[in-house]
Order: sequence, then C-alpha cells, then structure tokens
Amino acid sequence: MEKDSEYSSATEVPSLQVDLPLVGMDCVSCATNIEQYVADVSGVESVHVNYALGNAQVIYDPQQTDLQAIIQAIKSSGYEVGKAQLRVHIEGLHCHSCVTFIEETLRRVPGVLQATVTAGTETATIQYVPDQVDFAGVKTAIESTGYKSIHRIEEAESSDQEAMAHQQEYQRLMRKFWFATGISIPILLVLYPELPWLYLPNLFIKNVSEGLIRLLFGLAGLATLPVMVYSGRQFFAGAWSAFKHHSSDMNTLITLGTSAAWVYSTIAVLLPQIFPDGTAVPFYDVATVVIALVVLGQALEVRAKGQTSQAIKKLIGLQAKTARVERDGQEVEIPVEEVESGDIIIVRPGEKVPVDGVIVQGKSSLDESMITGESLPVDKNVDDEVIGATVNTTGSFKFRATKVGKDTALAQIVKMVQDAMGSKAPIARLVDVVSGYFVPIVMLISILTFLVWFNFGPSPSLAFAVVTAVTVLIIACPCAIGMAVPLSLVAGVGKGAEHGVLIRNGEALQTASQLNIVVLDKTGTITKGKPELTDIVPASGFETGALLHYAASADRASEHPLAQAIVEGARDRDINTIEPLEFNAIPGYGVDAMVGNKRVFVGNLKLMQREQVDTNQIDAHVERLQSEGKTAMYVAVDGQGAGVVAVADTIKEDSIEAIRVMQEMGLEVIMLTGDNERTAQAIARQVGLNNVMAEVLPEDKARKVHQLTTGGKKVGMVGDGINDAPALVEADVGFAIGTGTDVAIEAADITLMSGSLKGVAYAIEVSKATMKNAKQSLMGAFIYNTLGIPIAAGVLFPFFGLLLSPLLAGAAMAASSVTVVTNANRLRFFKAKSFSQDARAKNVEVNA
Amino acid sequence: MNWIQLLVNVVGVGMMVWIVWYFWLYRKEGVKISETGGVQEVVIKVKGGYDPDVIVVKKDKPVKLHFNRQESALCSEMVIFDKIDKSANLPEGETVTIEFTPGESGEIPFQCQMGMLKGKIIVQ
Repeated sequence: MEKDSEYSSATEVPSLQVDLPLVGMDCVSCATNIEQYVADVSGVESVHVNYALGNAQVIYDPQQTDLQAIIQAIKSSGYEVGKAQLRVHIEGLHCHSCVTFIEETLRRVPGVLQATVTAGTETATIQYVPDQVDFAGVKTAIESTGYKSIHRIEEAESSDQEAMAHQQEYQRLMRKFWFATGISIPILLVLYPELPWLYLPNLFIKNVSEGLIRLLFGLAGLATLPVMVYSGRQFFAGAWSAFKHHSSDMNTLITLGTSAAWVYSTIAVLLPQIFPDGTAVPFYDVATVVIALVVLGQALEVRAKGQTSQAIKKLIGLQAKTARVERDGQEVEIPVEEVESGDIIIVRPGEKVPVDGVIVQGKSSLDESMITGESLPVDKNVDDEVIGATVNTTGSFKFRATKVGKDTALAQIVKMVQDAMGSKAPIARLVDVVSGYFVPIVMLISILTFLVWFNFGPSPSLAFAVVTAVTVLIIACPCAIGMAVPLSLVAGVGKGAEHGVLIRNGEALQTASQLNIVVLDKTGTITKGKPELTDIVPASGFETGALLHYAASADRASEHPLAQAIVEGARDRDINTIEPLEFNAIPGYGVDAMVGNKRVFVGNLKLMQREQVDTNQIDAHVERLQSEGKTAMYVAVDGQGAGVVAVADTIKEDSIEAIRVMQEMGLEVIMLTGDNERTAQAIARQVGLNNVMAEVLPEDKARKVHQLTTGGKKVGMVGDGINDAPALVEADVGFAIGTGTDVAIEAADITLMSGSLKGVAYAIEVSKATMKNAKQSLMGAFIYNTLGIPIAAGVLFPFFGLLLSPLLAGAAMAASSVTVVTNANRLRFFKAKSFSQDARAKNVEVNA
Repeated sequence: MNWIQLLVNVVGVGMMVWIVWYFWLYRKEGVKISETGGVQEVVIKVKGGYDPDVIVVKKDKPVKLHFNRQESALCSEMVIFDKIDKSANLPEGETVTIEFTPGESGEIPFQCQMGMLKGKIIVQ
C-alpha cells in the first residue's frame, strides 16, 4: 500500500535525527535537565542540548518512539519546542477514513509535530519544526497518499486568521471585563454603603456590629481574588516577565497599584490594631475596578487596532483566488498559488487578473484603481502589461504570466506596506528614549508621593499616603506615549497605499511632511514622455484634414518617433492614411514619398530649401510653434508649401492641477530638465511653473538636487526610478514614478503606482496629516501624564483640597490609551485635496 | 519622628535606590550563540520581554533569530530592528525568523512597536 511512504520505511532509515528549537531555556543547567528527560524516553538513542543555540539534537528510533513523545518529554521538563504552522488545502478530500490515514502519514514526516486534517474544509493544519520540513515535504507526504491537488493556504486567509485572532482576543478581554465588573458591584456596595449615589438600601448593613463589618470586608477581600487571578492575570504575568528582564511596562504599574491596594486592605482587615486610628480602611474596590477598566480599555484597543491596519487587509484581500489557465490546450481553473511563470491565462469580462503578465491575445480595458489609485480604466492591447488583482471590464484576453507568487506587484506592495508599517519615524525614536525611563520614573514618583504624604500629610497620613501612591501608579499611561506614533504611521501608510502611494518607511513619511522644495523631472514626469501631434496648420488652399492625410501617409513607412507621432495623431483624429510609394527617409532632413499621385515632403526647413519649396506663407507659424517648445515640420505637396504639423511631448492631464495643489501647500516647485531653455519654458508656462532648471545634463541632476539640499531646506525629487535614480537618492525624499509592475524601486523613498503627479501631492498631504495626527496623540499623551501624575500625587490638595480617586485614575488611564487608537483611526477618513474622489475606496467596496 | 517613621522612610528611599539600580544601572551579560553550518541561530521567547534579550554574535556571519511569541498582549505583536530596517509580525504561538548578516561590530537594538520591550544584538 502507498501508506508505506519513504518516511516510515524503517529498514532504510534505522534512526532519525531532529533538531528541535527550544523556547524558554534561560540557564545552562536547564540543558542537562532537558537532556535527562528526553534520554528517559525509550527509543531515544542520543540527545544533545545546545544552550547557546537553544536547540536539542535528538537521534531516535522511529519504530520505538516518535517526535510527539520527545516533545512531550521536553514539555514535562518545563520547556517548549518552537514551532510553526502551515495550512494546506487538499482538493477532493471527502472520505473521513482518509483523514486518519493522511494524518498518520504526515506525522511520520520528520519535523512534523502535529497534523490535523478536516474533511469538511478539505484542509490540513500542520505544526512543524521550521528548518526540518517545509511545504514541499508536506506536499510530497500528502501526495504519497494519493491526493494530487494540494496547495498552501496563504496570506489572504491568514489575514482572516489574524482578524479572527483579534476578535477572539476581544471576546476574551470582554469576558474578563464583565467578570471583574460583576464582582466589583457587590464590593462597592459593601465598602461604600453610605454613598448616596448608589441609591440602594443599605438596610442590611445598618446598625450592625463592628465584627460583622469586618467579616463583610474580609469577604470582599476574598471576592477580589478571582478577579485578580482571572481578569488580571495577564498584568501580573506580564509584569513578572518584564521584571525578570530588568524592564518594566504598563503591566508593572497596574500590578504594583492593584497589589499594593490589596495588600494594604488585607492587613487593614486582619490586623486593624496595628494601624493608626482611622486608617484601617480597606479599599479592595481599587483592585477590581481598576482591573475591569483597564481590561475594557484593552478590549476597545484591540477592536480599534484591527481597524487601523484595515488598509493592508484590504490589499491582501484583493488577491484573486483562482486563475483560468490553458494547460494542454484545455482551460482549467486552478488556485492562484499554482500558477507558474509562462502559463497562458484567460481573463473574461468582469474577472480579476490573477497574476502579473503580458497580453498575448485580445484587448480590453482594465480597472487598475486598486493598485495605482487611478480611477479611469486603462486600455490594454497585445504586448501591454497587466497587473494582478486589477479587474477586467468588458473585453476578453489571454496573457502570459510573467510574475507569480511573491514577485507580483500586489505581493510586493503588501510587503512594502508591511515593512513601512513596522518601521520607525525619527520622532518615534525620540519617544523611545522617553518611554524607556518612564515606568521606573513613575515608580520613583509613587514612592516619593508616599513618603511625602506619610511624613507631612494630614491625618490619617498613612491612608492618604497609600491611596496617592497607588493612584500615581494607576494613572500613568506609558502605552499612550508609546503607541501614538506607530499607530498613526500604520494608518497613514495604509491610506497612502489605498491611493497607489507606497511610502517606504517612517522616515520617508516624516521627511515628506517637512518638504520645502519639490523638484520635478520634466520628461515622463510632468509630461507623458512621448511626442504627440499637437498642431496642424494648413496653408491657404489646403484643409486641415487633407494636410494631415498627406503628412501621415508619407510618414507611415518611417520609424522615426516624430513620424510615428504624426501617424498616431491622424489615427486618433480618424483621418485615413494610405501606404506611401517610393518612400525615402532622408536623415537630418525628413521624408520624401508618393502619396497617391502627389509628391509629399515632410521635414525641416533644410528639406524645403533643398527641394526649393516656397515657405514664406508658413514660416511665421513654424517660428510660433517652435517658441512654444514644439517640434514643427513643414509639409509640401507637389512642391507647394501645404502647411505645418507640430509634435511635442505633451503634459499629463493632471500635472497642472497637481502642481497647483503643491504650490498651494506652500511648496516651491522646480522643474529640472535636460531640454533646451525654450522647450522647458514652454512646458513650465503651461503648468504654471516659474522655476526652471533647463539644459541640465543627466549626470548633473544629482548635483543640482544636492545644491538645493545644502540650503537647509528639505528637497523632494520626482523622477523615474532608472535615469533619475542618483538624483532621487540625493534628495531628502525621492519619489519614483512607477510603471506597471515595478514596485520595489530601490532608489525611491516613495513609489507612485500611477504615473500621475497627483500622487506626489497626495503623498505629501497624507504625510503631513499623519505626522500631525501622531503629534496630536503624542502631545495629548504627554500632557495627560504630566498633568495626571502630579494631580494623582495630590499636588492640588494643599490648595483646593482635591484628591483623585484611584478608580477615576483607572478610568482615565484606560480612556487615554483608547483615545490614542481612536485618533489614529481618524486618519482612515482622511481626504486629500489632490484626489477629488476616493476612487480606490469605492472600488474596494465593489470588489469586496 | 519615631522609629517606625524612620524605618518607613529608610525603606522608601532604599526602594528608590534599588529601582534605579535594577531598572537602569544593571547591565546584563549577553548570551553568546555558537554557530552551526556557518549560521548563528537562536530561539527568542517573546513573553513580557525577549528571552534572551542580549545576544552576542560574530560579524560577517549570517544570524537567524527565531522569535516565538507566547502571549496575546498586543504590545509584543511586532518586533522591530530599526537600525537594519527589519521588522516582523509575530503571531501568537508561531515561530518567525529574522535573518541578517551583521557587517560591522556594534550594537543592533531591537524592540516592540511601542518600545516597552527591548533587546539588543551585540556584534563582535
């Protein structure tokens, strides 16, 4: 039977060797401990634990024992084995009897720790030791059982998993919250029966003896224990782990605050006589209510944090699940993970393009807004690039896959965005220094507060000292300070990605928000980078259409870019052209051809002079067009000056608006080009620019940018990622105009997926908004702590008799961290001036 | 001031001194990791801190850090190596590996997103 796979044939492999990564091994002596436990497992031939490496090398006889037993032995010695998880989809898995069979086979693969197969969902979940086995090994093992169609369940699903994990975490925290709240209420009733706002009959506690009150207090104290153990366990555990590492965090403060309150209360209840008069009062409520409030705060935080990173989840969700591929002349639908480079993929109207590639047959227009942020569909023909995750509109086409899996534009975008979200803005580095000292400082303040109240406070000074010291510990919120910048960054980078603006890291974002000067390369950045027919000026006696017909027909045979522009211009204007005869390209002059029975010359003045064509009538037009920066060409028909056609590198439709928006933001916009002064000025006039640096050699561009940066101003440079790379690197922020599937442009700090300059304006706007948001949160958290801690310590008491209740402090602390997350989430609704409509967000909804 | 008050004050000041020493002045010895097959590997447990949190490696040899997060607290969800521009999400219970080759000696700090948990790689 196939069951006897290569993994189980004991005759070939008498003993197996595995390296198990160990977790939690913090002393050399543990190594010996683990070794003893593992060696006791029968079938283990040798075991060697490497403390420095943190792993255990075990050689065992697979016929006598298995990995599970070894791992169990390690567990019983008090340590864990580091493992990873993998989920695979097994197509056609229906019979429940096969489940056990596959599970057994998988478990026999060295390195596989646990395998669970579910027939209902056709999935196998495999826990394994990384470096021991990988997907390929798992696949081979499953294939040996007879199932052939196996693929890995990846990213898209894992984002669901993450969402689910967040949801579970939220529910868990909420359960803890309700539990703590439920117990807090009777405790409050017992401790504060006199409080009028409770509106509850305190009959049963009226006129009762001192002894009964003590008993009730004692019961309240007992009731707090389950709250601390169940609802507050993570604080205590976290604080302990941090303490072991000589570090401290929010958990430390909560732990110290609540346990100080509990210990004081308990001593007060058990040994009231050792306290000065009036100070033997328990306040168990602090322990339960504070835990309830902070847990509620954490729950709200989990929920809100899930939304902060929604942008990346949307991006991951864009990935197509399946692809229709031509295999052996047949159309088959396969999971997108199995598409290979070179496959021919068929895309029907309304379908998603599964991977990146080049069209080989058919044409259509594609909605690329989800990748580029460009709202209008883009026409695609044979040889054009298509991007995975974009949506086909009406036509059908076939394309050859060029980039699959991790190489697709979408995968690269996701990677880049994730990296950016995990990077640090320089401002956050500053915060780190502060937060490193924050918690110990709060502890010091707390002790100082205690001592001051204890020594100088009014009677009962001990009670005041304890309450204020505890309040200081509880009100301090290091989380709000630490979270402010990273959360805003995640929201801001995500917002950029929604509009095809990929910000490499926090530093790029922060610098982009501070830019003073934006340098724009002309060709390909402000302009389309391709000549287009712009003017047709006929001489008297000729008509526009006829003139273009002659010029374009004569140029049809030419491969010169200017000629091509004229031919395309004619096609766009629905002017028909015919194949020229006796075509002759004259380098440096132009072309000479027979169009029908007419002799046509298209070229410069030298050509006209050589052919003795009278150009008096049209010379003025040529001069005017040239002063506009265009390339003007004479057209002569049968020796007569017929008119002028002009081509020019035209500006992109939205360049004008984008430049206007940037100028309105107070940015100095400069155009940089290698073109001559006249052409440069002509373009600059059209887009409303005054600052032009013309005739700059390509190798000098970087130097020019460098000169600008030396003035102490922050300079952004916008150009393509190849020719302008040195200049992009030289600038404080390099913006690369991306084309198609090139995402990871090395030289760029910010990549613009659409060719539009609006992306630059958007990137700057979103950066400004993000930094403003981060600073708001940071200032808020800073003010909160600098005001809250002294008030909690009781500085207002001598003047106003005001003291903060520790319960209020708990509420304030929970609220402050929730506020920071909520503030970051406001960025999700950010609308930029440079994008009048939120094209991409709209599309995501349609595709969802 | 009676002896109880004196005692309380002495204990209080003593605790303050201890906090300064324990959280700031204490310097931990790094954990040296040896190499196998040219790769320097270590498993780091993430639970209220990084364990081990100070790791000594040799330069110009690839380093593999296997992070294993054993808690659900959001704080430690991400580990960031700012100096070498690397970061990773750490799903609970999974092992996530960060690889790099240190080019020059010095310290490479790492931390969680909020900077509450810290560790460092000492490159020698």
